[in-house]
Amino acid sequence: MSSEAITSDDMVEVNYDDLIPNNVDLASDRALKRAMERWQPKYIDWWKDMGPDGFQDSEVYLRTAVGVDKDGWAKFDYVKMPEYRWGILLAPKVEDRTIPCGKHKGEPAWQEVPGEYRSLLRRLIVIQGDTEPASVEQQRYLGKTCPSLYDLRNLFQVNVEEGRHLWAMVHLLQKYFGRDGREEAEALLERRSGDADKPRMLGAFNEETPDWLSFFMFTYFTDRDGKMQLESLAQSGFDPLSRATRFMLMEEAFHMFVGETGVGRIVQKTCEVMNEHGITDPNDVDAVRAHGAIDLPLLQRKANFHISVTRDLFGAEVSTNAATYFNAGIKGRFNEAKLEDDHQLENETYSVTRYKDGAFVEEDVPALNAINCRLLDDYIKDCQGGINRWNKVIEKAGIDFQIDQPHKAFNRRVGEFSEIQATASGEVISEADWEARKDEWLPKPEDLQFLKDLMKPVTAPGEFASWIAAPRIGVDNKEGDFEYVRFQ
Amino acid sequence: MTLVRQHVIDPEICIRCNTCEETCPVDAITHNDDNYVVDAAICNFGMNCVAPCPTGAIDNWIMVSTPFSIDDQFEWEELPGDEEAAAGGDTEVSQGGETGIDEEAAEILKTARQGAPRATLAPASAPKPTVDLYRRDAPAVAKVTGNMPITDDRLGVDVRHIILDFGSQAFPVLEGQSIGILPPGSDANGKPHRMRLYSVASPRDGERPKHNNVSLTVKRVVFEEDGAEKLGVASNYVCDLQRGDEVRVTGPYGTAFLMPDDPEANIVMICTGTGAAPFRAMTEYRRRNARDVPGRLMLFFGARTPNELPYFGPLQKLPETFLDKELVYSRLPGMAKEYVQDRIRARGDDMADLLASKNTYIYICGLKGMEAGVDEALADVSRTHGLDWKALRSEMESEGRFHVETY
Repeated sequence: MSSEAITSDDMVEVNYDDLIPNNVDLASDRALKRAMERWQPKYIDWWKDMGPDGFQDSEVYLRTAVGVDKDGWAKFDYVKMPEYRWGILLAPKVEDRTIPCGKHKGEPAWQEVPGEYRSLLRRLIVIQGDTEPASVEQQRYLGKTCPSLYDLRNLFQVNVEEGRHLWAMVHLLQKYFGRDGREEAEALLERRSGDADKPRMLGAFNEETPDWLSFFMFTYFTDRDGKMQLESLAQSGFDPLSRATRFMLMEEAFHMFVGETGVGRIVQKTCEVMNEHGITDPNDVDAVRAHGAIDLPLLQRKANFHISVTRDLFGAEVSTNAATYFNAGIKGRFNEAKLEDDHQLENETYSVTRYKDGAFVEEDVPALNAINCRLLDDYIKDCQGGINRWNKVIEKAGIDFQIDQPHKAFNRRVGEFSEIQATASGEVISEADWEARKDEWLPKPEDLQFLKDLMKPVTAPGEFASWIAAPRIGVDNKEGDFEYVRFQ
Repeated sequence: MTLVRQHVIDPEICIRCNTCEETCPVDAITHNDDNYVVDAAICNFGMNCVAPCPTGAIDNWIMVSTPFSIDDQFEWEELPGDEEAAAGGDTEVSQGGETGIDEEAAEILKTARQGAPRATLAPASAPKPTVDLYRRDAPAVAKVTGNMPITDDRLGVDVRHIILDFGSQAFPVLEGQSIGILPPGSDANGKPHRMRLYSVASPRDGERPKHNNVSLTVKRVVFEEDGAEKLGVASNYVCDLQRGDEVRVTGPYGTAFLMPDDPEANIVMICTGTGAAPFRAMTEYRRRNARDVPGRLMLFFGARTPNELPYFGPLQKLPETFLDKELVYSRLPGMAKEYVQDRIRARGDDMADLLASKNTYIYICGLKGMEAGVDEALADVSRTHGLDWKALRSEMESEGRFHVETY
C-alpha cells in the first residue's frame, strides 16, 4: 500500500488525531518513529527556552496543517504554541518523476540518498534546517512590542511554521541519514542565533531582529531568500527533499505576505499621516516622526540594509560549489522546469556583473559556475514586485518619493563586490568615503533608537500602533476587532 | 441563464507567491509580471487553491455575463465593480415588476404583503433586484454547507440557521428578498409538495463575504391537527438537512421589501421570531459595508423568552451605537407580558423623531396579526407627537419607506 494520503480515500489517511500530523506513515515506520520520539521532547524544550518570550501560555488563533489536501491544509483554531501540532508533511508524489537537471537529467528521481552525494545532500539539508530555528530565536522578543494582536498572531504563525520547517528537515535527516542525521538533528537544537560560541551557520541569521520594521523587512527580503532556496531545492533529484520543500513553500508564502503587507501598511500609514498634516516633503523627517509615523527615507535605509545583507546569503556569484550541486542534480535553479534550455548547461554561458579595472562590466562565464548569480538575479527581480506595490501607495498619495533597490555592489561582504565599497546608486567609493557617508544609505544609530522608542505594545483588539495601517482583510476572514491572541 | 460565476484573484491583495498556480490540479492559474489570474475556461471550482492562499486574494467570485479573459485580467489594477462585471448590457436578468413570476411564489408573496398591499415600491436608493431566475421546472440546486440550531431547544422550539451554497450557479439576492424551497416528494393526493418561501438572512455578498451562499432562518413547525401532533413538511425538511445535502431552490423573489443603500437612511426594523431574517441581512450589510454612517439602525424584536429569540447571542454583541435594539419578551417568568408595540410606545419620543424624518424607513416582519398592533402603536406615538399617522403612512408607502411582510 502506498504511504500517500493525498486525494483518494482508499489510501492511508493523514493521521489527524495523533500528536504529529503526517503523511509519511509514521505509525508503521518504527525506526523513524523512535527517532522522532526522542527528538520531539528536546524540540519542545528548545521552543520553551528559545521560542516567543512571554507568550507560551497565550492562546493564539493559528493555522495548523494536518494534511496536504485542500481540507487538511489550513485548520484555524486557538492553540497554545507549545501545544502546536508540528507535523511532517510532504507534497503529493509526482509519479515517474525524473531528475530535472545536471548530468543525471532524465533518470528516475532518487527515493533514497545516492551514496556519492550523501555528504553534499546532508550539508544542504542542515544549512536549510539551521535557518528555521534561527529566525525563531531572532524574533523571540518581538511579541513584547507588537503593533496589534493581528500582527502578533502573524508573528507567531511565522514562528510556528519556521518550527515546522525545522521538523521537515529533521525528518529527512532522521529518515535517510542514519546516525549522522540524528546527530545533526540534535545539533540543530543546540546552536543559538547570535551566540559567539555556537552561532547559527549563516551570517544574516545571527543578526538581531530588534524591532517590527526589521521583522517586516526580514520577512520580505530575507525570507524571500528562503523562498528562492526552497524553490531550488524543490527541483532536487532527491525526491523526498523536493516533496518536503514543495510543501514548505506553501507555508513560506504566508511569510512573504507578512513582509510585503507589513511594510506596505507602514508606507500607507506614513502617507496618510503626511497628507493629514499637510507634510509634502518626504525628507521633512522630524515632522513625520513627530506624528508617530516612520519617515520614507528611513524605510529606504532599512530596505538597503536588509537587501544587501540578504544578497550575501546567496554566496559567491561565481561558485564551483553551486556548480557541483546543480550538476549532481541535488539542487536546481529557480523555476527549473519552466526554463527553456538543456538543463545541463555544459556549453552555456551566463552574464555576470563584475568589477574590473575601475568599472562594472558584464562578463560571460560558464553557466554552471554562475548558478548562484542567476538565483541572485532572480531574487532581485522577485523583490521588485512588492517594492512596486509600495511605490504605488506613495504615488497614489501624491507624494514625490520612490523606494529603490540599491546597486548590486552596495554593502556586500560576500562575492564579486566584497572587496569594494559602492554607494546605493552604484558609484564606487573609497573605504574612507564609505565610512564617512554610509549613514546616507544605511540606518543610523539615531534611526534605530527612534524605532526602538516608537515600538510600544498595542494589544486591544482592533487597535493598531500609530505607525502602521490596519490590514485590508483579517486572517481567515475574521473581522477587524477579532481577538487573535488571548493572553493568559 | 446569462450570468455566470467567475473565479478571480484580487490584484490589490495578491502577493504573487505562486502557491495557487502550484496547487491547482488542472492548471487553471497563470501569471505575467503583474498579476496572477484564473482561466475561466479551465477553472472547475475545485477549490484546491483557496486554503493555501496566504492573503485571501484568491477567494473572490464575481457574476459576469461574459467571463473576463486572461488578458483582461492581466491588465487589472483592482477587481472590477459589480456593474462593470455584469456589463455588456446583455444581461437578460429580469428586473423590476413581479408580473409573470412563478404563480405559486406570487400567491405566497401576495398573502405575506396583505399588511401593506400598497407598499409596492422599493426605497429609492435600493439596488435593482433580480427576480425569478429559477423556477420549479428548472430550479437551482444548492448544497447545504451549514445547519446550526440557534435557539435553546429544551423548550421545544427549534430554529435553525441554514447555509446554502450555490456553487457556480448565479443566485444574486438582496437583503429582504426571499427564495423558494421545493421539498422533495408529494402529498397525499400525489401532487408535489408546495413551495415555501424563506427570507434570506444574509447580505448580498453572501453569508460568508464574497461567497455565493445564503443563509435562512427556519423554525421547525409542529402543529396539532385532529388531536395529533403534525410536522410542517417544508420546515421539517429544511431543519433536518445535513451538510452536503442538495436542495432545489427557486427565486429570488421580492422587489419592494429592500433596504436603502443611502447611508443617511434610518432603518426601523420590527419583527417577531424568524421574522428577524431580513433584518439580520440588513444589519449585517451595514455592519460589513457601512458601519459608521449617519443613518440609524433601530430594532424591535419580540419573542416569548430570550431562549427562543433567534440570534440572541450575536445580537447581544452588536454595540448600541451601531444597532439600537429593543428585545421584548412576552413570557418572562414573574414579568408582565410585553410585546413589540408596547416597547414602541415606550420609545415614543425616539420613534417620533424618526417618523418625522424623510430618511426613515420602516419594516415589519413576523407573524400575521402583528402589523395591526404595530400600526396602532405607531398611530399612538404619532398622535402624542402631533403627527398624522394615516397620512404619514400613506406618504411613506408611496415613497418606498414602509414595508410589511407577515405570514
